[in-house]
Amino acid sequence: MSAAHDLLTDSAERLFGTLCDQAVGAAAEAGVWPEALWRAVEAAGFTEALVPEECGGSGIGAAEACGALAVAGQFAAPIPLAETMLARRFLARAGLPPIAGPLTVAPVDRRDAVTLERAGAVWRLGGRVRRVPWARQAAALVLVTTHDGEAMLVALAVPAERIVAGRNLAGEPRDDVTLDGLIVAENVAPAPGGCTRDDLLAAGAALRAQQIAGAAASVLAMTLRYAGERVQFGRPIGKFQAVQHNIAMLAGETASAAAAADMAAAAFEKLDPLAIAAAKLRAGEAASRVAALAHQVHGAIGFTREFALQNATRRLWSWREEFGKEAHWAERLGRAAVAAGGDGLWAMITAAG
Amino acid sequence: MSQLTFAPPVPAPEAEALRAEVRAFLAAELPPVSAPDRLRLGGRDPAFSRKVAARGWIGMTWPKRYGGRERSALERYVVQEEMLAAGAPVAAHWVADRQSGPNILRNGSEAQKNFFLPRIAAGECSFCIGMSEPDSGSDLAAARTRAAPVQGGFLVNGRKIWTSNAHCADYMILFCRTGEKSEDRHAGASQFIVDLRTPGITVRPIIDLAGLHHFNEVIFEDMFLPEESLLGGLGDGWRQVSGELAFERSGPERFLSSFRLMVELTAALGAEPSERAAMALGRLVAHVMTLRRLSRSVAGMLQAGREPAVEAALVKDLGTSFEQEVVEIARTLIEDEPAPGSADALAAVLAHLVQHAPSFSIRGGTREILRGIIARGLGLR
Repeated sequence: MSAAHDLLTDSAERLFGTLCDQAVGAAAEAGVWPEALWRAVEAAGFTEALVPEECGGSGIGAAEACGALAVAGQFAAPIPLAETMLARRFLARAGLPPIAGPLTVAPVDRRDAVTLERAGAVWRLGGRVRRVPWARQAAALVLVTTHDGEAMLVALAVPAERIVAGRNLAGEPRDDVTLDGLIVAENVAPAPGGCTRDDLLAAGAALRAQQIAGAAASVLAMTLRYAGERVQFGRPIGKFQAVQHNIAMLAGETASAAAAADMAAAAFEKLDPLAIAAAKLRAGEAASRVAALAHQVHGAIGFTREFALQNATRRLWSWREEFGKEAHWAERLGRAAVAAGGDGLWAMITAAG
Repeated sequence: MSQLTFAPPVPAPEAEALRAEVRAFLAAELPPVSAPDRLRLGGRDPAFSRKVAARGWIGMTWPKRYGGRERSALERYVVQEEMLAAGAPVAAHWVADRQSGPNILRNGSEAQKNFFLPRIAAGECSFCIGMSEPDSGSDLAAARTRAAPVQGGFLVNGRKIWTSNAHCADYMILFCRTGEKSEDRHAGASQFIVDLRTPGITVRPIIDLAGLHHFNEVIFEDMFLPEESLLGGLGDGWRQVSGELAFERSGPERFLSSFRLMVELTAALGAEPSERAAMALGRLVAHVMTLRRLSRSVAGMLQAGREPAVEAALVKDLGTSFEQEVVEIARTLIEDEPAPGSADALAAVLAHLVQHAPSFSIRGGTREILRGIIARGLGLR
C-alpha cells in the first residue's frame, strides 16, 4: 500500500465515519438527498479521483480512488460516488466540459442500447435505459452510445418527466429513463479509447467490486461484534464452534472479496476485461455468501430494519446485480479460457495479475 | 485482531522475469508422462529434482553460505506455482524445500545448517514429516511417541502414521514428546532430524483408497538418536511445528491440486462450449485468479518476516474447498465417466481426483482445525 493510498483511505474513514450514520441512510431511503454528506465528499475531492492527470485531474490514481470507494461501501454511503467518479472520468477523457454536482452513467444494464442520430445541427437520442442510479438527483447523465459505428459520449440533464422512479433492494434510486426523441445540442463527443460501452460496463463492475469489498468488511466487523455480545446458553454465541466456523467462512469470503477488489483496482487503468470479469464475479459470489452467513449468525435481530446489518446486506444483494452479474462475467471468462485453450489457460490466469 | 488483512501482492518484476525462465525450463525438461501421473505431488523424480536444483530453484531464498540463492519469497512462489501448474514431478524435493529446510534454517544448529541445507539445495536430500500418530491426528499435542534421554542422546519409541514418502525420503523431522505430561499440553515436545536408515525404524506401506502407495506407518523401536539430532531447543517442539505449518499451509499447492483437471476440461470443451459449460469454467478461472492473489499476499508476509499462521489457514481453507469443487463441477460438464488409467486424459485425471479430493481438506490440517485457527485469529476463541 502506498502512502497516498493510506492517506486517502484514512480521510475517507474519517469523513464517512462522521457524516454517514444510520439516520442519514434511513433519511436517504425516505427520499431526502444527503446534501451535507455529498458536499463533504465533493470538497474532499473524491468525486474527481478518477479524472486522469493529463485531463486536469488530481492524479490520485485508481488504486487510491478504489480505496476511498471501498470505505464508502463500508459505511453504506447513500450517494452516487462511484457513478460520479466514472462520469467525470469519461467527460474529462472525451474533452467535454466538467459538470458540477452529482452525476450518473448509463447503460448500467448491459441489455440496454441507446441510439444517437444527427438531426441537422443537433442530435436526437433514442432508446430507454433501465435502473440508472440516482437519475432523478443527478445534475447530468453521461451516456455511452454509438453513431455510425463510432463510440460516442453524451452528457445531458434529463427532464423529470422522462424519469420513472425506481429503487434497488437498499432503497437507493434506480430510475428508468426514456430517451426517445430527446434532442441534445451540446456535450456530444466521440468516446476516446477506454470510454466505450464495454469499458463502462467493465469500469462500473470494477467499482462495484470495491463497494462490495467495503460492505463485506463492515458485515464481518458487525458479525464479530454481535457474536461477542449476544449470550445464549450462558455464553457469547461466538464461543460455539458451529458459529465460529460460520464466521471463519465469512472471513474467507470477505478476504476473497477484498482480493477481488484489489485485482479490479490494479486492472482499472487498462480496464483489463479478464481481471475485472474475475473480480466482479468473485466479489458478487462473496456478496451472496457474506450476507447469508452474517444473517445466520445474527438470527432474528439481523432481519430487522432497526439493526444496522441490513444497510450492508441489502447493498450487497443489489451491487452484485449491476454492471454484469456473476453469470455474465463467468461466461465471458469461460469463453476467453477456451480461446486460450488447455495449454494457454495458466498463462491467461497469471497475466491477470 | 478483529479483521484479517491481505495486502495486494507486491509487484515483483524480477519474479515475472523468472517466470519465463521456469516456463522455458519446464518446456525442455518435463518428463513425458501421462496427465494423471503429472497430477500427483507424489510424482517423484529425483533426476528432475536435481535439474531443478542445478537451476538454483531449491532452497532459493536461503543464504548463499548454506547453498541458497538469497532470492525473494515471491520469486520462490513463481517457481512453485509454475511447477505445480505444469504438473512437474516435484515430490523428491517439495517437503524439504517448503518446510524442513526453512525449519532447519530457523531453528537448527550451525552444524545442522551446514550439513543439511546445501544437500537439500542440491536436490540430494529429501525429507518427510513425522507429525501424525494413530491417536494424534488433528490433536497434535496428544502425540505419544517419546524420546527418552539416555547417555549421549535419546531412545525413541512410538509410531507415526500417514507419513507421505517415508519409504523413499532420506530424513524425517520427528515431532515427539521429550518431557513429562503437564498442565500445558504444548510443553515437553521437541523435534529431531532422523536419518531414516537408523536402526530401529520400520516403515510399513499404507495403500490409499485408489490403490496408490504414498503414505506409510513408521514404527520406532528403541531407536537411538545422538544428541546432535535434536532440532532447536529441547521442549520447543510445539512452537517450531506451528511455525512450520504456516509454510505448509499457504502455498499454491493448496489450490492447484485440481488444476490439471481444469486444463484437460478446457481442452475438451473445445472452441464453442455451451453457455452452461463456459459459465462453469469461467467461474473456476475467477476463483483461481482470486486465490492466487491471496496466496501471493501470504508469500509477501513470509518475505516480510511475519508468521502468517492465521492467514495461511484461511487461504488453505478456501483453496482446498475450491480444489474439491473443481472435481464436482468438471464431472457435471462431461458425458464420460471417470475411468482410471484411461487413455482419455480427462477421464483418467477425473478418476484420480474424484478419489483423492477428500484428502485435500484433511492433509496439512483439517478444514475444522483451520476454521478453529481462523476463529482464534478473529478473537472468538
